[in-house]
Amino acid sequence: MTEVAIEVKDLSKKYGEGVQALDGISFEVETGTVFGLLGPNGAGKSTTVKILTTLSHPTSGTASIMGYDVLEHAAEVRRTIGVVAQSSTADREATARENLRLQGQLYRMKGRELEKRIDSLLDSFKLSGDGDRIVRGFSGGMERRLTVAMALVHNPRVLFLDEPTTGLDPEVRSEMWEEISALAADEGTTILLTTHYLEEADMLARNLAIVDQGRIVAEGTPDGLKKELKGDAIQVGLGETREQTEIETALREVNGVSEVILNERTLHARAEDGARSVPSILAALDSAGITADTVTVARPSLDDVYLKYAGRTMEQAEKKQTEEVAA
Amino acid sequence: MNLFADTWHMAQRHIRALIRQPWWIAVTLVQPIIWLVLFGGLFTSMEDTPGWPAGVTFHEFIIPGVIVMTAFFSAGWGGMGMIEDINRGIIDRFLVSPAIRSSIITGALLANFLTIAIQSLIVLGLGAIMGASYPGGPLGMLILIVISGIVGFGFGAFSYGLALIIRKEESLIAMMQFLLLPLTFLAAAFIPLTLAPDWIANVAKFNPVNWAIEAGRSALIDSSPDWNLILTRTGLLLVFGALMAAFATRAFRSYQRTV
Repeated sequence: MTEVAIEVKDLSKKYGEGVQALDGISFEVETGTVFGLLGPNGAGKSTTVKILTTLSHPTSGTASIMGYDVLEHAAEVRRTIGVVAQSSTADREATARENLRLQGQLYRMKGRELEKRIDSLLDSFKLSGDGDRIVRGFSGGMERRLTVAMALVHNPRVLFLDEPTTGLDPEVRSEMWEEISALAADEGTTILLTTHYLEEADMLARNLAIVDQGRIVAEGTPDGLKKELKGDAIQVGLGETREQTEIETALREVNGVSEVILNERTLHARAEDGARSVPSILAALDSAGITADTVTVARPSLDDVYLKYAGRTMEQAEKKQTEEVAA
Repeated sequence: MNLFADTWHMAQRHIRALIRQPWWIAVTLVQPIIWLVLFGGLFTSMEDTPGWPAGVTFHEFIIPGVIVMTAFFSAGWGGMGMIEDINRGIIDRFLVSPAIRSSIITGALLANFLTIAIQSLIVLGLGAIMGASYPGGPLGMLILIVISGIVGFGFGAFSYGLALIIRKEESLIAMMQFLLLPLTFLAAAFIPLTLAPDWIANVAKFNPVNWAIEAGRSALIDSSPDWNLILTRTGLLLVFGALMAAFATRAFRSYQRTV
């Protein structure tokens, strides 16, 4: 039997003015694995992390870390976890070493043991030459590595990574991915990471949950979720805006095509053999008087999984979120 | 024990950030010189005014005022650093650690107190160079510094509380601008209240800044300090400090609810 490191049951969170950030989320994370919470900004990932890290209280539901309830045993939870926030939380007026030292002191570490730990962290995060430099002069990647090192100073058994690679350039991002994988593999650290990068969840997480509007809409392994989508993803860019019903009518007679969804001017469909279906799809559209500008055929990705369960692409969900915030 | 350790570690962080800013050090040193030289030069003729305390030079009179003012001004701006720490997620980083939560505030207040003590010593030294004498001796100086520290504690806590509630630098600047100078002028910082209009003297009775200035001044420059005044004002200041600490604590809880 595998041990459960993080257990979340029916978690809901309502903020003051009636904003339902979480609407009954449940999941479990096995010890020593990487679990991904995938979803657009504003889906409820950060709220989940805030509750699990004792920062915020749920409106209802329960959550526990290594058996400690986040409300009743907050002190034990805090000793058990490490947290890497979305942006750097290092003190920019202090040196890397001073940042690590304060962090260690807050976790009741001291003396030689702490200094040795600091040296080894600086070393493994490629900062040994920069330990005594003020963080203000660090590059984005260096500051990010320091932030992760700070979260690890007390050897937490459970690590939370909130959007660990947002805003990093691709090279630094893949370095970060290697470090995260190594942590889980070598140290047996349980990792919960939130991300809106599909490839990140795909690459790192053993299990993942797709979150949309405060609910989990799908859960499983990245491969399992992709396998649920039978066949290839076909996208047709239309020449003009059309109604969903028009498209459905047009494609009703085409064999082997399913899950037809119209998203603005892009038609998404699924076909067992994508390449073979394209000519008949185009012909059917043409005879219905619908112009097609572009066609792509792709193996299923997590983006398609999201589209299937949330009924829109991640990009659109984020755009909508931004518009709501602006309004 | 953990509270003391955490408070000290948090305080170190603030002090380190200050002493690494050459401009902050320069201004901190020059500011009291400007107060003493400027006000001293401008108002020396006050000494000849009827009703001026006998045998006290203008410098001697304003030194406690300048010290208390420096203390509560620097404490009053403390919330600015808190807002930056909130915005950068540093406060949240401390909140998810096992650190005692109140040390986030007590650490900042301790750093504040140490800064105030050093600034006070600088003003006292500067005053002595300019010819002021302190009949209250070392005990008088110590009392003045402790009293400034309590005022700094109260206004620091108030500023942190406001910062946690309003969380906007501009609003905090406006609120503090609105408060700091009037509180200085509604007190016996530069002239005795016997020379001020009655309404100011009456309002000053309720002004913590004035409590601190009058008590600190008596301890420093009276040859026989008014212990009754010193003890009652210090008591009032402690009550003020406790109220502000309660306010900051409540503000902290309300901040946590919005996270």
